[in-house]
Amino acid sequence: MAQSSSAARKSSDRRPNPAKMAVTLHVNGVERRLMIAPWTTLLDALRLHLDLTGTKKGCDHGQCGACTVLVDGRRIYSCLTLAVMKDGAQVTTIEGLAQGSTLHPLQQAFIEHDALQCGYCTPGQICSAAGLISEGKAGNADDIRELMSGNICRCGAYPNIVAAIEQVMFGKTPGEANR
Amino acid sequence: MNSFEYTRPVDVVDAVRQIAADPAAKFIAGGTNLIDLMKENVARPSRLIDITRLPLGKIEETTDGGLRIGALVANSDLAYDPRIEARYPLLGSAILAGASQQLRNMASTGGNLLQRTRCLYFYDTSTPCNKREPESGCSAIGGINRMHAILGTSEHCIAAHPSDMCVALAALDARVLATGTGGQRSIAFGDFHRLPGNTPQTDTNLRADEIITAIELPPKGFAKNYTYLKIRDRLSYAFALVSVAVGLEIEGDRIKDARLALGGVAHKPWRDREVEAQLRGASPTRESFARAAETLLRGARGFGHNDFKIELARRAILRTLGQAARGTPQSQADKRIK
Repeated sequence: MAQSSSAARKSSDRRPNPAKMAVTLHVNGVERRLMIAPWTTLLDALRLHLDLTGTKKGCDHGQCGACTVLVDGRRIYSCLTLAVMKDGAQVTTIEGLAQGSTLHPLQQAFIEHDALQCGYCTPGQICSAAGLISEGKAGNADDIRELMSGNICRCGAYPNIVAAIEQVMFGKTPGEANR
Repeated sequence: MNSFEYTRPVDVVDAVRQIAADPAAKFIAGGTNLIDLMKENVARPSRLIDITRLPLGKIEETTDGGLRIGALVANSDLAYDPRIEARYPLLGSAILAGASQQLRNMASTGGNLLQRTRCLYFYDTSTPCNKREPESGCSAIGGINRMHAILGTSEHCIAAHPSDMCVALAALDARVLATGTGGQRSIAFGDFHRLPGNTPQTDTNLRADEIITAIELPPKGFAKNYTYLKIRDRLSYAFALVSVAVGLEIEGDRIKDARLALGGVAHKPWRDREVEAQLRGASPTRESFARAAETLLRGARGFGHNDFKIELARRAILRTLGQAARGTPQSQADKRIK
């Protein structure tokens, strides 16, 4: 078996473990102060340190989209960024989309269109769709499919996910969109 | 992930000083490739130098009529910039063919150039790989090599460069601006990435103490006759099997200028000056395009699973030159041929 980067490992092993760092995140409008190691991903900071487990860990390698959150209004994969790099940022997770007991229009549309089966990808799908809508680059269903391709749904609910997003973007009723 | 120190340099000079002082340190910007490599234990930096707060996020006009793109401009911001859409649609189209919108929102212009191959053996630390562990051997030769290179390979490495953006930048004759301890220099795009040869561990000619600060585009953008076609195993969010960037300048019934670059087929974006010279002065016909494809692929060699890429590349070149000549560029949302 080949040794991987043995020289680099030795050089880093000689170093003292770096201290935890102070990080402030504004999560769903609430200021959260954390002391975390620099190698903590934003995803792990949300799930393990802030107990916001709505954001899912799917592949943890930027290939599935389950961890999608909005950072300063833009959708990103929280598994491929370090929390320390987002010090001071505004983070919106699935927990922050509803207004009190009123669901976000995308959450309501996903329910109306049955846009999920197991539901594991859904928080990422909805955060991604929220990002898609604010980007304003999708003009039709082809665009939605292309610009939502970073969110995988292994149950295959794609037609209903597109229909739910179309309803919110273009005001299509379930009957029209489920053509 | 290994433990590491995390620092934020105050300016470019400080960033260069920090990277020069620690050969095992790495810059981090978008992080979309580096963090993944760290999770896989392929990259084990002693220190991450977070450059995301440096002032390298602007797109500016250059005095010669081109554009200077700061190294930290996000891929999505670059693709949707009105100046890119109007003057360099080939670049915008190539960027939108790559990754997903989440990744494009994260990934930086400079980082896109420095992403590593997605060769499965490079990622798998239980297998030999000359790129990851020099002199350990190449598992892709004789292994699973469907995604691998057919041009410019060596007996030590057949990895393919994964970028779409870089294929367009190669076609457009971009330049890379870098700053190191010795000052600033400008590198022609074709000289930035390397072929594997017998040192596949080195992807680029960027020096260890240098940081990419910007990419410069010359004035000529081929905005009228261009296309970017990406062929992959699914319609979106997958790396290229073969991709082709074409820019043509057509005057009357003759090709005045031609650019042709391929992705997914080599260790770097593949451009062939002989092919472009052959196209200049020719008429934009299927016969000229077939000759161009034949010339470009004269040295192509498959390794078993990727043999199909040679014929795929030939057909992709024919299709893209035709699409560019007709002024019907490939849409990256609607995948149909127009």
